[in-house]
Amino acid sequence: MGFFQKIAQAMKKTKDAFSKKLFFAFSAREFDDEFYDNLEEVLLTADVGITATENIIEELKEEIFRRKLKKPEEAKDLLKRLMIEDIDYDVPEYEYPLVILLSGVNGVGKTTAIGKLAHMFKENGKSVVVAAADTFRAAASEQLEVWGQRAGVRVIRHNEGADPAAVVFDAISSAKAKGSKVVLVDTAGRLHNKKNLMAELQKICRVVDRELPNADFRKYLVLDATTGQNAVSQAKIFSEDIDTDGIILTKLDGTAKGGVVLAISEEIGLPVVYVGVGEKIDDLIPFDATDFINALI
Amino acid sequence: MALFENLSDRMNHIFSKLRNKGKLTELEIKQAMREIRVALLEADVNFGVVKDFVAKVSEKALGEEILKSLTSGQQIVKIVNDELVALMGSTHQKLAVSDRQPTIYMMCGLQGAGKTTMCGKLAAYLKRQSKKTLLVAGDIYRPAAIDQLKVVAKKAGTECFSMGQIDPVKIAKEAVEYALKNGFDTMIVDTAGRLHIDEKLMDELVRVKKAVSPTEILLVVDSMTGQDAVTVADTFNKTLDITGVIMTKLDGDTRGGAALSIRAVTGKPIKFSGTGEKMEDIEPFHPERMASRILGMGDVLTLIEKAQDAISQEEAIKLQKKLKENSFTLEDYLSQIESMKKMGSLSDMVSMIPGLSGRMKAGAANIDENQIYRNKAIIQSMTVKERRNPEIIKASRRKRIANGSGTSIQEVNALLKQFELTKDMMTRMQKGGMRGLKGFRGMPF
Repeated sequence: MGFFQKIAQAMKKTKDAFSKKLFFAFSAREFDDEFYDNLEEVLLTADVGITATENIIEELKEEIFRRKLKKPEEAKDLLKRLMIEDIDYDVPEYEYPLVILLSGVNGVGKTTAIGKLAHMFKENGKSVVVAAADTFRAAASEQLEVWGQRAGVRVIRHNEGADPAAVVFDAISSAKAKGSKVVLVDTAGRLHNKKNLMAELQKICRVVDRELPNADFRKYLVLDATTGQNAVSQAKIFSEDIDTDGIILTKLDGTAKGGVVLAISEEIGLPVVYVGVGEKIDDLIPFDATDFINALI
Repeated sequence: MALFENLSDRMNHIFSKLRNKGKLTELEIKQAMREIRVALLEADVNFGVVKDFVAKVSEKALGEEILKSLTSGQQIVKIVNDELVALMGSTHQKLAVSDRQPTIYMMCGLQGAGKTTMCGKLAAYLKRQSKKTLLVAGDIYRPAAIDQLKVVAKKAGTECFSMGQIDPVKIAKEAVEYALKNGFDTMIVDTAGRLHIDEKLMDELVRVKKAVSPTEILLVVDSMTGQDAVTVADTFNKTLDITGVIMTKLDGDTRGGAALSIRAVTGKPIKFSGTGEKMEDIEPFHPERMASRILGMGDVLTLIEKAQDAISQEEAIKLQKKLKENSFTLEDYLSQIESMKKMGSLSDMVSMIPGLSGRMKAGAANIDENQIYRNKAIIQSMTVKERRNPEIIKASRRKRIANGSGTSIQEVNALLKQFELTKDMMTRMQKGGMRGLKGFRGMPF
């Protein structure tokens, strides 16, 4: 199944209620206040956020004026295009050795995403080592161990409460010893406003930089699609503290729309790299802006 | 707690403009309503709820009496306050207790909302109320969820009942038997996180409900949830007829609009909030206090309750006596540090004090909580004699203490200075109440 089918299927429920509203908006007779109000409602309820919503509508108004459009239905593709442009980035190809570190607040699905990533690289014939650097949450490394078995990859773990940077160090040593080209690092969930935990994350990054200075090191922020505008603050602080490269948007199979990525893109310019669309091991897929917006509206 | 901080800052800003104006024109009121709308939407309050709220407030605010009044600004502030309290529910609703043992609380919610952790916190909370609580491992899907609950149960000082990965309905039923036989008066059933649109898993919850008739069904919601919170809560409520809501992760910088929306849409009360990573980090939810926190009026009541929870009456009397005799020592300081730790993070506490500016709150958030642990280590590296007579700690002793605690001489010096300041502050409070503190700079930490 391609990205579009998967995401379309996952977001079907999302689409039903949402499309109805959108259809209603675009079936208006003219570009009046009601049309724009409806459009605003559609975007706001998708968590796009007030600033990004206002900007998108402003841009749309200008384009409608410039192209002298008369009927709202003609503006739908225009809106889609504007939204796609907002979140379309060129993400550089991976080089090996590769280290991917996942961070994020509690409960967004980091451990699950690591499991799925491990599976993805394994399928592509890469040897993978996973560092269970969430040494805080009870039974987190047991959970990762189960994912490791499912994906058939090595999981390096220490006891609960151990120094996460030490786990990463061991994982890298193991990768070097056995010639593995991919190291995936799971970290403990942390609220981004906890200063000491963010410092711990920086320490992990220093260990990676020191032990594998030539590696392609990607830091992804895992975001729960149900999160509202707080996601913007998460993205801001995580990218300030550890120079984040992109976003993994999880739980898109619910009714949440994940529209907040538009707000994040607007404010911070952070691309979405993968999306999680289900509970199975192959339910993590590379992000495609066009398909995402097409599935959304 | 950073909860609603941004929302309250925004509201404060809008309100201070209104208050200073006195008489307002219709246009100015409309402008204020627009600002309130934006503030609520940015805080993730549901679109529909915002629409209703602003309509209600506008209607009252644009009434003739208000427009004529000389203090219309203040009256509008009051209207917003009243409507906010009405929206959140007015009083704290306690957990129901069943006449027939055991009382059963069933937890439900989406994946990653924080159910398992909340089970432990709730058990620890009930333990403080002298309840004997059994945690029941009903999440048979997520890898290692049962292990996690076992660890959580241990931390909360209680027992975990698990039967592996079999039908949760059977687990719940057997757990009731086990609870009765072993003298547990309360049980908390953990369930797997599930999407509200997953009919098969939702049906499983319905079957658990039918099998054990829980006293309360509590929906656990991540307070950072966006517009979708309402859809989720509404579906869970329709399927299970939940009795209450628990908001988690309120210790982030979330503006927590989800809390407002859920109450408004389901009509079900929010009973607790989770505010940190430790087992003690759970608070009964008081809507009226939360409303005043949103409006930037602080929450002194919760702060006092937290202090009462952390420091026993006896300790307080003992401390008072010591202060009177001027015999407050580093040993007492150490036990103070311990009590402070029980009260939660400093930034949480600071945010409950009314009238503090955003800048001061930000300052508190930057206090390194680790410093408190280092201070503890420093005191623990002192001899009993030194703890009782800090004035004998001269250069060589300072060096030894720094080495022993793995800190630096500067840190030892800083601690000793802080101790003197704290002692001074406490003596002054003893003599002149809060007024004795006037002109006092710096915090005990």
